[in-house]
Amino acid sequence: MYYIDPHIHMVSRTTDDYETLARMGCAALSEPAFWAGFDRGSVDGFRDYFRQLTEVEPKRAAAVGIQHYTWLCINAKEAENVELSRDVIAMIPEFLDRPNVLGIGEIGLNKNTRNESIVFLEHVEFAVRHEQQILIHTPHLEDKYMGTRMILDMLIDDSRVDRSRVLVDHVEEHTVRPVLEAGFWAGMTLYPVTKCTPARAADIIEMYGPERLMVNSAGDWGPSKPTAVPDFIMEMRRRGHSHALIRRVVYENPLEFFGQSAHFQFAPPDVPEAATV
Amino acid sequence: MPVPMTAPKVLDREFFEIRAKLLEIAASFDRLDRGAGTVEGDPRMSLIREALDVLRSDEPDRAEAIQMIFSRQYAADWRKSLKVVPPKG
Repeated sequence: MYYIDPHIHMVSRTTDDYETLARMGCAALSEPAFWAGFDRGSVDGFRDYFRQLTEVEPKRAAAVGIQHYTWLCINAKEAENVELSRDVIAMIPEFLDRPNVLGIGEIGLNKNTRNESIVFLEHVEFAVRHEQQILIHTPHLEDKYMGTRMILDMLIDDSRVDRSRVLVDHVEEHTVRPVLEAGFWAGMTLYPVTKCTPARAADIIEMYGPERLMVNSAGDWGPSKPTAVPDFIMEMRRRGHSHALIRRVVYENPLEFFGQSAHFQFAPPDVPEAATV
Repeated sequence: MPVPMTAPKVLDREFFEIRAKLLEIAASFDRLDRGAGTVEGDPRMSLIREALDVLRSDEPDRAEAIQMIFSRQYAADWRKSLKVVPPKG
């Protein structure tokens, strides 16, 4: 079965990982800008990172037949530095016309602070002004519920935000309902310990249905598994769910959401789907 | 949405997994007992005990209930306390 990973940090992965993803049926992926594991010291650090996301990673992906898309921003953790954040946001237009840029992301909150909220609102303002889609990071562990509610408050406050063009990521059992009920897309990140497992993601699909729900691996530099989406596919198959339902979650939903971006020029793979794992 | 697996099938499939997870939790508590010092006053132990009570209950949506036990509460007046001005849109 072909699938699309809507949230995976390939700058952290090896070329072997790209090849494994291709063998597992990954047809396309999207890579939001995120924290590198250390705070960058200047706007030039982000400029180089955005070049990596728009020049280097698409080539690495294309070498194994995967289509690479990306999102740009300064992440929630480094957003604590408001001055640097404003410099980065002001620099983003240099990259907005790059062919693999889908929008602004992953913006959001980390520890639910005043500075993070200010930078989140300024990113949203930028996205609205430039008619960009938005991909959102929600906090981890004990901060997730409050942070997700704060993010929804800020988005709902702004009548210019088209909710069908916003993906709220890392939802779990206690945050998926308010996100879907408000009309946003929701992403479940399959990630050990701090987020969701394939089995719990399958439970959430069974409870809420497939409408506006996606699954992703995050696949970053932390303990994570880049093939977590195929694990979800296997879990759904073992439970007896239909091919059509699984395909909707892992392939058709990302196509529908990303298809709202002018830069999403997806070409279905020309290898028969039966040839994938 | 229809769920393909019946409850008996779920139990057949997950019995050993549930057993293994319960043993892991039991072993963690034993490890806490064997360790020097005490964690009795640690608020995290209260959260764990509260979560165990949810597991023993017959209420639905236990996963969501346990998530909420380990979550900070939502404060609707957060904009005021953080002095964040809403957008003009």
